[in-house]
Amino acid sequence: MIDINESVMQFLLAFVVVGPLLGAVTALLPAPPGLKGKSPEQAVLRHGVTVTGAVLIAAIVLVLGFDHDHPSKMQASTDISWIPALDVRIHLGIDGISLPLLVLTALLTFLCALYSYFRQRDERPETHSGGKGPAGFVALLLVLEAGTLATFAALDLILFFLAFETVLIPMYFLIARWGGEGRAGAAWKFILFTLLGSVVMLLGLLVIGITAGTFDMVALATDNGRSLTTSVQVIAVLAIGIGLAVKTPMWPLHSWLPDAHTAAPTVGSVLLAGVLLKMGTYGFVRILLPIAPDGMSTFAPYLAAFAVVGIIYGSLACLALARRGAKGDLKRLIAYSSVGHMGFVLLGIATMTPTGVNGALFANIAHGLITGLLFFVVGALKDRTGTTDLDTLAEETGAALYGKAPRLGGLLAFAAVASLGLPGLAGFWGEMLALFGAFDPHDDLSRPAFLTFMAIAAFGTLLTAAYMLIVVRRVCMGAQRPEAPKLADVRTFEFAAWTPLVALTVVAGLWPRTLLGLTDPAVQQLLSGGTR
Amino acid sequence: MSLQAHDLAGPAHALAGSAHQPLAQNLVQSVDWLAIAPPTIAAVVGLAVLVTDLFLKDARKPLLGWMSVAGLAAAALMLLPLVNGDRSTFCRTGDAGVCSYTADTFTLVVQFLVLGGALVTALLSVTAVKDAERGLPEGEFWFLLLSSAAGAALLPASRDLATLIVALEVASLPAFALVGLRQGDRRSSEAALKFFLSSVTATAVSLMGISFVYASTGTLYLTEVADRIQHVDGRLTTLVQTGVVLTLVGFAFKTAAVPFHFWVPDTYVGAPLPIAAYLSVIGKAVGFSGLILVTVVALPSYADVWGPALAALAALTMTVGNVGALRQQATRAYSAVRLLAWSSVGQAGYLLVPIAAAAYSDDPERSIGSTVAYALMYAAVNLGAFAVAALVGRTRSLNRVADYRGLYASNPLTALLLAFFLLCLAGLPPGVIGLFAKVTVFSAAVDAGLGWLAVVMAVNVVIALFYYLQWTALLFRAPAEPAPGHRVPAPLTAAITVAAVLALALSGAPQLILRFTGTGLF
Repeated sequence: MIDINESVMQFLLAFVVVGPLLGAVTALLPAPPGLKGKSPEQAVLRHGVTVTGAVLIAAIVLVLGFDHDHPSKMQASTDISWIPALDVRIHLGIDGISLPLLVLTALLTFLCALYSYFRQRDERPETHSGGKGPAGFVALLLVLEAGTLATFAALDLILFFLAFETVLIPMYFLIARWGGEGRAGAAWKFILFTLLGSVVMLLGLLVIGITAGTFDMVALATDNGRSLTTSVQVIAVLAIGIGLAVKTPMWPLHSWLPDAHTAAPTVGSVLLAGVLLKMGTYGFVRILLPIAPDGMSTFAPYLAAFAVVGIIYGSLACLALARRGAKGDLKRLIAYSSVGHMGFVLLGIATMTPTGVNGALFANIAHGLITGLLFFVVGALKDRTGTTDLDTLAEETGAALYGKAPRLGGLLAFAAVASLGLPGLAGFWGEMLALFGAFDPHDDLSRPAFLTFMAIAAFGTLLTAAYMLIVVRRVCMGAQRPEAPKLADVRTFEFAAWTPLVALTVVAGLWPRTLLGLTDPAVQQLLSGGTR
Repeated sequence: MSLQAHDLAGPAHALAGSAHQPLAQNLVQSVDWLAIAPPTIAAVVGLAVLVTDLFLKDARKPLLGWMSVAGLAAAALMLLPLVNGDRSTFCRTGDAGVCSYTADTFTLVVQFLVLGGALVTALLSVTAVKDAERGLPEGEFWFLLLSSAAGAALLPASRDLATLIVALEVASLPAFALVGLRQGDRRSSEAALKFFLSSVTATAVSLMGISFVYASTGTLYLTEVADRIQHVDGRLTTLVQTGVVLTLVGFAFKTAAVPFHFWVPDTYVGAPLPIAAYLSVIGKAVGFSGLILVTVVALPSYADVWGPALAALAALTMTVGNVGALRQQATRAYSAVRLLAWSSVGQAGYLLVPIAAAAYSDDPERSIGSTVAYALMYAAVNLGAFAVAALVGRTRSLNRVADYRGLYASNPLTALLLAFFLLCLAGLPPGVIGLFAKVTVFSAAVDAGLGWLAVVMAVNVVIALFYYLQWTALLFRAPAEPAPGHRVPAPLTAAITVAAVLALALSGAPQLILRFTGTGLF
């Protein structure tokens, strides 16, 4: 949009990746004089807001400086040799596929930091209960941000892997130290599943890198799998795919997700659902589709089948949890709904068509916005009522949130409706495009199989609508007893943290072109022979 | 040091065509003193310490420790002029290419590892000896440590089988004594005996193997063995093959490869803590450099024998080591040292992977570079972990893993560093160097087509992560009881700092050690 010098763009992208890391180190040091604030806790949380805010601003400037006429071109790219022995380069860059995810990450992390800061001020110290200082919390949050941003910006397979792994430790500690009930087990499950997947992924990346003689993703994508034999591609896709599928998560490798979400603190859940899961699907699009197309087309039907099973499985699990007397936990329910939504993303990728992949990328962003909002609202509900158990909340007739806290109830209903894919909101386009893609898959793929997948997935949208509406009915509606205490409605800082998400959900729903215009050229390029 | 009384001067060869050859030059072997300076300085300082001990009053004894530290530092510094020199000495007359002592890149890197590791051990020992309050005889302790370091530094340079065995013994014999040195400690003597008996058996077996190889090839020089073993009389093939396997056994023992690992946990627990650290790093360096010399340099044509054997050994070693570490209970006495002991067995497995891969690779030196790079990473990080363990062990003599709970609350910097060391060992960011060291090992295996070994290793990395991370998580839990604060002694601080600076620098610039995977080592 505006013309920014290329070297400034390079600096901005490098800052976006390295800034949070430096911020994490400084968060552990004592505050310098003049920035001490009212208390050390406040100072360090404010430091978190400052750093994530700076990163967000840098990301927005990147969007402004991004050449929107050529979104398929790698921009702001830096390419420095780091470890010549392994041929690992610090190769960063953004195109239309990674830019939206980069901004989404910066935005969600900033909102999380903002939310934590004001919560602390309001004496609701989730961030430092039990003598755990917020310094560690902020440092971990920033490392997490750095890892995620680096994953989306990296253009070297090994660098990608390094960034992919970087998020594990901070997320583990966020769950294990600041989480709720059952956090230790959930944190273990999270890290063991992901690690087992990613070690296998490393082997796959090495197979590609060693056979092709380079780890550079741009060069490999341009080569479009021509220098890799089909058998190498099949092995690589299997190994890398398992690692990415665990992260996504794909059914049946999803079982770590509900536990992790249930135990994680609000901020952890928001980031886990909002950005961490995207790293898996992003890897499919960025690495597997262009680099190993033959291997990918071998596995695409299986991937689609698993994705469709995930859609139905996630919806059925949600329906079971939403039933009266099932003792369903709201956070767990949203986690299962994520399995379903990511199923749509995987289905879109498995079609190997521009339509499907664009849909997948759109659904990625939409899911990040909507589920982030859902977790924020449910976290706020937990603050006020002390529980996320659906039965306890709803009692006999329903929690009557519309009566007790109308704005909170309204927001929950909005997020739920957006999540079920109401046309006009962000959730709609991604899933519809994914289904379109399945209607007319890539020529190498079996059309009847994908038509069946499409039909089943379409049925899944109905199930999604069913459980989301049940949740809205049981939480928002119901008879309000006169003696029941009124709940505090949405506070100013909560508005501040959530409004961007609501606004973007509406914008993406009404003007899908803003996103698709970015992703489509890049996807076309990627599928037909790499990035320039 | 080498057995070449009959050898004559190298220059004589150059002058072979000239009739006016000075006679005296033929009788005296010219020794390249600079090339052999590193091990020699260590040995000489060791002797000096032993003699000085006789003339020092008790109050002045700490001086011995600092003398040894200075000696090791000087020996390590003497590596500098040798860089890129590729010097050789103790060569055979008439054939300058056949030498007993070579200071090539491989030698220098391993010598740096050994001497640097010994230096950190010495720093740890200064405090340990002082804390023992005359429980450890000082003069003997430092003499033994320096002699063992001298032997370990000689080993990677030796290029004939006899020197190799002599170096192996010079490195091991003082180590037995060091393990059992604690006066009046039954566990210590028992550990020493266990270590001694199993080690001596292994050496004997190894010697027998070498004698078989010698019998069939008629030479002890590694390069000549490599050459002649391909043309051995057909009737001697069984003899040669037996010899190859038996030779390997002795070195596998030193690396603590399964099934020669059972001495490790008890020995580490029984030994003074710095000695356990020494064995875990320098002991392994001795083992794997010996293995590399015997396999890659001397017996490349027998790759189909030692390749599969080492691959199986590697898989077994890492699995047994990691499962053993996993089974340690945090509340058992000395569980921290036990855990480090078992984990070092597991790490030895990773070290063996590239050596096994060298058998299948077109470019064995590249694979060997992975082992060397991994060993350098492991040395820095493991010594760091042991240094922190030594620090905690000062106030909590039982040194249980459970004692580390809440270390962050009482000693934040130490806790962060230990967490960093453990994550490096596990190979997870922020321990970047640990991750990349594992990546090189993986890529060596994948490159050589040892896919199954890579998968076994992948599973092991996850198992290992479990206990490393459990320990790391414990550091940040709320402390069970307020820890007694105490001043950290300067030598301990120095040791931790050295390890930390190395590990952090390597994490930023992994190329510093990973470049050995790209360049020729020999």
